[in-house]
Amino acid sequence: MAHGPAKGITRWLYTTNHKDIGSMYLWFSFAMFFLGGIFALVIRAELFQPGLQIVEPNFFNQMTTMHGLVMVFGAVMPAFVGLANWMIPMQIGAPDMALPRMNNWSFWILPFAFAMLSSTLFMEGGAPNFGWTFYAPLSTTYAPPSVTFFIFAVHIMGASSIMGAINIIATIMNMRAPGMTYMKMPLFVWTWLITAFLLIAVMPVLAGVVTMMLMDIHFGTSFFDAAGGGDPVLFQHVFWFFGHPEVYIMILPAFGIVSAIIPTFARKPLFGYSSMVYATAAIAFLSFVVWAHHMFTVGLPIAGELFFMWATMLIAVPTGVKIFNWVATMFKGAMTFETPMLFSIAFVILFTIGGFSGLMLAIAPADFQYHDTYFVVAHFHYVLVPGAIFSITAGVYYWLPKWCGNMYNETMGKMHFWLAFIGLNVTFFPMHFSGLAGMPRRIPDYNMMFADWNMISSVGAFLFGAAQVMFLYNIIATIVSGKKATDEVWENPEGLEWTVPSPAPYHTFETPPEYK
Amino acid sequence: MLKTARGLCAWLLGFAVMLSSSWVLAEEAEQLKFNMTRGVTPVSQDIHGLHMLMFWWCVGIGVVVFGIMFFSMFVHRKSRGVKPANFHESTALELTWTAIPFAILIAMGIPASKSLIELYDTSESEVDVLITGYQWRWKYEVLGEDVSFFSNLSTPRDEIDGFAEKNPNYLLEVDEPLVLPVGKKIRFIVTANDVIHNWWVPDFGVKRDAIPGFTNDSWAVIEEPGVYRGQCAELCGKDHGFMPIVVEAKSDAEYRAWLDEKKAAAAALAELTEKTFTFDELYAKGEEVYNRSCAACHQANGEGVPGAFPSLKEGISVGPIQNHIDVVVNGVPGTAMQAFGEQLSEVDIAAVVTYERNAWGNNMGDLAQPLDIYNHKQGK
Repeated sequence: MAHGPAKGITRWLYTTNHKDIGSMYLWFSFAMFFLGGIFALVIRAELFQPGLQIVEPNFFNQMTTMHGLVMVFGAVMPAFVGLANWMIPMQIGAPDMALPRMNNWSFWILPFAFAMLSSTLFMEGGAPNFGWTFYAPLSTTYAPPSVTFFIFAVHIMGASSIMGAINIIATIMNMRAPGMTYMKMPLFVWTWLITAFLLIAVMPVLAGVVTMMLMDIHFGTSFFDAAGGGDPVLFQHVFWFFGHPEVYIMILPAFGIVSAIIPTFARKPLFGYSSMVYATAAIAFLSFVVWAHHMFTVGLPIAGELFFMWATMLIAVPTGVKIFNWVATMFKGAMTFETPMLFSIAFVILFTIGGFSGLMLAIAPADFQYHDTYFVVAHFHYVLVPGAIFSITAGVYYWLPKWCGNMYNETMGKMHFWLAFIGLNVTFFPMHFSGLAGMPRRIPDYNMMFADWNMISSVGAFLFGAAQVMFLYNIIATIVSGKKATDEVWENPEGLEWTVPSPAPYHTFETPPEYK
Repeated sequence: MLKTARGLCAWLLGFAVMLSSSWVLAEEAEQLKFNMTRGVTPVSQDIHGLHMLMFWWCVGIGVVVFGIMFFSMFVHRKSRGVKPANFHESTALELTWTAIPFAILIAMGIPASKSLIELYDTSESEVDVLITGYQWRWKYEVLGEDVSFFSNLSTPRDEIDGFAEKNPNYLLEVDEPLVLPVGKKIRFIVTANDVIHNWWVPDFGVKRDAIPGFTNDSWAVIEEPGVYRGQCAELCGKDHGFMPIVVEAKSDAEYRAWLDEKKAAAAALAELTEKTFTFDELYAKGEEVYNRSCAACHQANGEGVPGAFPSLKEGISVGPIQNHIDVVVNGVPGTAMQAFGEQLSEVDIAAVVTYERNAWGNNMGDLAQPLDIYNHKQGK
C-alpha cells in the first residue's frame, strides 16, 4: 500500500519523491524568474528615456549581469529540470528518478547558490558588473571583490546541473516501462536525454573557466592576462565552448514540450517523429562546433571565420526540419486553441523569427555591424523568451491539471497569453531597429536617435511583467480553487502520464505499465 | 542605487506624461532610424547589401512557412467541424525540406564568403592609424607622422543628468576627433591598454575588438567627406556607454593641415613643461583635468566609490607628494588605476596633483610644477 508524503517542513527538506522535488524546482525557478524580471525592469526603466535618471552606470551594469545570470541559471534551467522531474518518470512509466537522494541534493544546493549570488548586491563594491558572459580581464583584474562569490555560486550551480543530468540519463536508460524502446519514447524524454549529455559535456568546461579566473585573481596565474603571457581571447573560446551548447540546453527540452502539445490540440499524431529525434541530435552535435560565431570581431583568422560561419548556417537545416514538422502536424488537423496550444503556436512563430535573425547574425561580414548591438539582444530574447519561457509556460498549463488535479481558468489563461504575447513583441521587436540604427548593448544612456524605440521597449517590458503576475495568480487560483480536472484532462492526449488519476498520486507506476 | 527619491518621482511623472503624449512623437517619425546604414566605404556597402539580401530571404521563407501555418489555423480547426487526418510520416517530404534549405544556405554563404575575404584584406594601406582603447577614452596615433592624442567624451555632465537640454550629438561627441583623408586606404590597428574595448564606426563597416596585449586590424576607404560617429561596442566597465568615436573625413590637403596643427600644438605643450605656474593657474587647470579624466571613478567630490575606487579626500592626496605623483604617473598595477603618465601632459598631471591636494577641504598647501613631473618620469 502506498504511503503518503511526510508532514511539515521535513517533507520538503528530506523528500526523495520526484514529484515533490519537481514542484520545488518549479517554484524556485518561478521565484528566480520574478527576481530576474525585476532586474530587467530596472534596466528598462533607466532606458525609458535618454539621460541618467534612476541608477548609476555601475549599478546598471550589475543589473544587466544579474539579470542574465539569474534568468539563465536560476529561471530557465531549473524550470526544465523541474519539468523533467515531474514528467520523465510519468512519461516512461517509472516509479521515480533513478537516484532519488542525489535528486534531493541537486535541488537543495541551488537556493544557497542563488542566495550567495544575490547577496553580492549588498557587498562593498557591488555585485558582478561584467556582463553574464564575464569576459576577462574585466572580470578578473578589473572585477569587484564580489567576483569570488560569483565564482563559487557558479560552481554550485554547475554541480547541481551535472547531478541533475546524471540522474536524468540514469533514469531514462534504466527505468523505461517494458515495451518502451528508445524510438517510442515521448519527444520530451528524448530531448531531455540529449540535453543531459550536453550538460555533462559543458558544465565542467564552465567550472574550468571560472577556476582559471579564480587562479588569476587570487593565485597570481596569468591565463587571461597578456602581461603575464596569457590571452584574454582564450577566455572567450573556453567560455563559448560552454556557452553555445548552453543555449541549446535552454531550447532542446522546449522542443520536446511543444512536440507533446501541438499533436494533442491538432488531434493528429506528431509528424516525422524519427526526423525530430535525428534533428535534435544533429543540433546538439553542431552546437559543439559553432562557438566562435560569438567572436567574429575578436580577430579570428579568415579560415576560422569561414568555418564558423558555414557551420553556424548549417544549424538552420535541422532547426528548419523541426519547424516544418510542427507545421505539418498542424496541417489537416482539427485544431482547438486552449492556452497551452496558444503558447506553443506563439513559440513556433516567434522562435522562427529568432531563427531568422540568427541566420542573419551567422553571416560573418554582416555580424561586423550587428555584433554587440541591440540587434543581438533582440535575437536572443526572441529565441529565449518565446523559446524557453513560452514553452515552459505552455508545459505548466498543459500538465498543471495532472499535477494538482484542478483545471486552470481558461479565460484567465488566454488573457495571460495575449498580454504576454503583445508585451513580448512590443519589448523586443523594436530592439531589432535600435540595434540596426547603431545602438550598442549594455549601455545605460544613449543618443536621442534611439529614444523612440527604447521608450516603446520599456512600455512593453512592464506589460510583459504584468502578464507574469497574472500567471502567478492563475496558478495559485487553480491549485486553491480550480474546478476538478478529469484523468485525461484533454481530448485523447498521447502518453502514459494521462493514464494515471488527476491529481497524480504521490507514487505512480509502482508496477511498470505495459507500453504498446 | 536609487540616486534620489526625487529622481524616481520625476521619472514616474515623466512616464505618465510620456504615455499620454507619446504619439506626439509621430511628428519626429522621420528621425526614426530603423535600418542599418549603407555607410560610406566599400565594405559597409557590401555589408548592407548582404544584410538586405538575408532580410529578403528571411521574409520570403517566413511568408511561405507562416502562410501555410495561418492557412491551417483558419481552415483546419475543430470548430469548423473538420475531421483530423492521420498522416504522420513522409520520407520524401523530409528529404525535400532538408535539401531546399541546404541549397538556400549555399546561395547565402557564397556572397558572404566573398565579402569576408575582401573585408580581411588590409594590405597596401596608405594611412595607418593605431587605436588604443582605455577606460574610458580612445587614443589615436597616426603612424609615421608623430601625431598622438586622446579623444574624450565632451558631452557636459549637466546634459547627462538632465539639468541642461541635450544637444543633437549627445554622447556622440568628443573633444578631439580623429581626422582622416577621403579616398585613401586607411588601415586601423586596434589594441587596448586595460580591458577589451571595441572600435566601431557603423558608416565604415569597421568593428574590431581592442584587446590588451594583442592587435587587430581592419581597413576603410572613405568615399565621402563628413563627420562619422560611433561608440565602443564591448562592455568595458562603468563608462562603457560614454566613450564615443568621432571621425572627420576631409580632403587630403585639409588632413595635412590638421597633422601640422597637431604637431605644432604638441611642440607648444613641450615648451610649457619648462614654465613655472602659479598655484591659482595650476588649481584652475587641475579642476578641469580632474573632471575630464578622474571624476568618472573618484567622483566630482573626490570621495570615490567605497570598495571600488578609493577616496582622494584621504589617502594619497594627503600623503607625501612624490608618492602622489608616482601613483598618477605610473598607476597601480592590478587595479583600475591606470598609468596617466602617457595619457596626460606634464602640465596636466602637475595641475591635477595640485588640485587634488587642495580641493574638497584638503589643504596640503603644496603644489607640483610640470618640471617635477618630467623629472619624476625620467627617474630623477
